[in-house]
Amino acid sequence: MPAHDAPGYAGHPYNMESLTSDQVRYIAKLANLHLTEDEIETYRHQLTGILEHVQSLQEVDTSGVEPTGHATDSNTVLRDDVAGMPLDLDQVIGNAPSTSGEFIRVSAVMD
Amino acid sequence: MVNRTPRTPDVHHMTAHEIRQMLDSRDISAVELTGSVLSRISAVDGEINAYLRTSSVEALAAADEADRRLRGSGPTPGPLTGVPVMIKDNMSTAGIETTAASKILSGYIPPFDAEVVTLLKEAGAVILGKGNLDEFAMGSSNEHSAFGAVKNPWNTERVPGGSSGGAAAAVAAGECAIALGSDTGGSIRQPAALCGVVGMKPTYGLVSRYGLIAFASSLDQIGPITRDVRDCANTLNVIASHDPKDSTSVKAPFDDFGAMLETGVQGMRLGVPREYLVEGIEPGVRQAFEAAIAQLESLGATVEETSLPLTDQALSVYYVIAPSEASANLARYDGIRYGKSASDGATALETSSRTRGELFGDEVKRRILIGTYALSAGYYDAYYKKAQQVRTLIRREFSEAFSRFDALVTPTSPSVAFELGAKMDDPLQMYLADICTIPVNIAGLPAISVPCGMSDGMPVGLQVIGPQFGDQTVLQVAHAYEQSTDWHRRHPPL
Repeated sequence: MPAHDAPGYAGHPYNMESLTSDQVRYIAKLANLHLTEDEIETYRHQLTGILEHVQSLQEVDTSGVEPTGHATDSNTVLRDDVAGMPLDLDQVIGNAPSTSGEFIRVSAVMD
Repeated sequence: MVNRTPRTPDVHHMTAHEIRQMLDSRDISAVELTGSVLSRISAVDGEINAYLRTSSVEALAAADEADRRLRGSGPTPGPLTGVPVMIKDNMSTAGIETTAASKILSGYIPPFDAEVVTLLKEAGAVILGKGNLDEFAMGSSNEHSAFGAVKNPWNTERVPGGSSGGAAAAVAAGECAIALGSDTGGSIRQPAALCGVVGMKPTYGLVSRYGLIAFASSLDQIGPITRDVRDCANTLNVIASHDPKDSTSVKAPFDDFGAMLETGVQGMRLGVPREYLVEGIEPGVRQAFEAAIAQLESLGATVEETSLPLTDQALSVYYVIAPSEASANLARYDGIRYGKSASDGATALETSSRTRGELFGDEVKRRILIGTYALSAGYYDAYYKKAQQVRTLIRREFSEAFSRFDALVTPTSPSVAFELGAKMDDPLQMYLADICTIPVNIAGLPAISVPCGMSDGMPVGLQVIGPQFGDQTVLQVAHAYEQSTDWHRRHPPL
């Protein structure tokens, strides 16, 4: 990992330690993403390197600075609440991998 | 399909406005032209892999309609009527499979057109098919497509850039006259530079994102890839519009993107931010860039060095904000409502977790994980909020620069196209190559890349960056430079 041993990060409050396998498993669970054991190990290294690189943000003084969500100064946009024609049922469920009559079929929702 | 020989052998490398003149003077019909470009695709795309699919039946029907329009029936023809166009495959096309180059969306047939597709159809453009890309537009080399890498038409052992690699390669290889790409951190400009064509990211909000498969919504913007700057302006005139279906859509404060094209750069003040001439920039790129600066000076512009000290931080801002937004946007792919489903799990949740694990590619999973981490409890302030605050400072830094300069000029990429596979094992190195294009998206600015030389047998791009809604200025500078050189006239010997 190129950034792993990079100087300059030690000592600031967000010093990045290597992610653990359990942390990667936890993030993957939050993301609803099944990973193999090999993937967990690869991503553990790669994510540590990338997160270490972005630690440089902590060096910037942002006290009193408002966050930017969108680059242009857009405000909340309102429109009249007018009903329109929805898609046909065929179009709505036509792309689902598994259907049954007018419904989308899924596995059991509870254990 | 009937194989028609074009009457002018160079029709595959003409600009759209030159093609329009031929269509107007009846030197060729739109149907003949479409047939000829479809034949060209059959001949060369086996090697380039720019198209994920062509839609020849629909294209020939659209060409027939364009011919009728050109003969005076129906709506008045515009600059794109009868012009062959490719659409990057992350934009929805009604009835035509749209995958974003991901296995998780293979087989997905959108029931609606993206707003830009609707506008192109109304303008009479002939849509030939869908362009290859890095999966969900995440990548800088097009190697992250689930359906095979695109090859650079100048040297098929090298990458075309990404993520709009198919779009840029197709324009360079004569497989369409114009392509639509999308740009989240450089995905239009960098491949345009690496393939020797023109590519522009307009000011955020000028082009509707309705029907664009979302990657990072506060950064994504659609724009054209073309053979010259005039085509770029003409295309933007068609696709830029205020769209109530996109809440971030804004109306351009001007009518014609190309209004300033012939104004030249006499007396203009151009800045060169020294942080863009990074350590590690290739000598050949630096040389071509310096020659371009000298050319702009000889045309009457004043060029001065300046500094944007937060440039390095823009990369860190990007690699927090873009994956964070991506992790939220890609949560919708559950293998239940559309696309593909992998193995059947015991529960719906397990099925969708396995589907995502099996059908998303490595780079997409990597970014989902980074984003999920950055947004998770306890880390939000340190990553996402911090990145948004630094984003504010980057915007201020650009605003300050534009109080002194009409536009900024930089190389588009620190290197020419690299070899396939060269950076695949090191995601961080791949990310660092986007240093010249990413700050523009962070600040929502317009920027264009135009060809400005060759190095190691590969094209080099010059980037012109303008203030928000300074799209006309960006096109003006690019056009003045382009028309005083012939780099944009070169095409690969394919």
